[in-house]
Amino acid sequence: MTGVRTEPDRVIADDGEHMPGEAGIWIFVLGDMVVFAVCFAVLALVHAQDPAGYAVAQDVLHLWLGVVNTVVLVTSSLTMALAVHAARAGRPRRAASLVLATMAGAVVFVAVKAVEYTDLVAAGHTARSSDFFLYYFCFTGLHLLHVVIGLGVLAGVLRIVRRTAPTRHEMGLVESGAGYWHMVDLLWLVLFGLLYTLG
Amino acid sequence: MDPTRTLVTVWAALIIATAVSVAIHLGLGAGAAAIVAVLVLAFVKVWLVGRHFMELRDAPAILRRLFDGYVVVVPVVLAGILLLS
Repeated sequence: MTGVRTEPDRVIADDGEHMPGEAGIWIFVLGDMVVFAVCFAVLALVHAQDPAGYAVAQDVLHLWLGVVNTVVLVTSSLTMALAVHAARAGRPRRAASLVLATMAGAVVFVAVKAVEYTDLVAAGHTARSSDFFLYYFCFTGLHLLHVVIGLGVLAGVLRIVRRTAPTRHEMGLVESGAGYWHMVDLLWLVLFGLLYTLG
Repeated sequence: MDPTRTLVTVWAALIIATAVSVAIHLGLGAGAAAIVAVLVLAFVKVWLVGRHFMELRDAPAILRRLFDGYVVVVPVVLAGILLLS
């Protein structure tokens, strides 16, 4: 029989396993990752059909804004992971500050993307310009929607971690919210690689 | 290593990997080697986020295997499309 031990707010089975968050969130996360894998494959096909055209269109993108957003999102993932640890350690103020920092990262990401979209459209590059831009706007737009939804998720997480002693169930919700946010981060890492640096 | 230090180290690795992928893009441009490098770096970053930030390191085996499978299968399929088409 597999026993369990309990760390501050983490249930660890005897074999050292811990389910981070609710099981349901993982069905959603893995499902969403598969949906985005199809998006990645579409980008690869667009590149394979016309590598030169892909490179020309890619040169129009603002590489450094993409880099800034990557750094912002990776850093927000770090602050989220640290927030989970702080909440488990019973440090609500530190946890809340870290979740707020994560939310600030999300807002910066949206703002940078808005600048990028505005600039591209002003220069005449829209979803109708080419297959590259059609899928650029489609897939980064879908990802941006995930970021905006993430802001709502993080607001919910913030409410929980502010409490002095979240219950085990509430900690599961915090871990689920964190899992969602890390998924938003990792999907961007692949989108960035394919859209901005594939060459 | 304490958890905070591990997470910060992973964050630094993610930033360095991003810098390397940009340097490869600007230095190598197109070509098979650059494509493979971009894919490997992107999915190594995905794996690091999953293992350390998402805490899959301690997750049940089924979850770990599904995630690890994704990190291997997806870039292989993408490389196939990009290099063989």
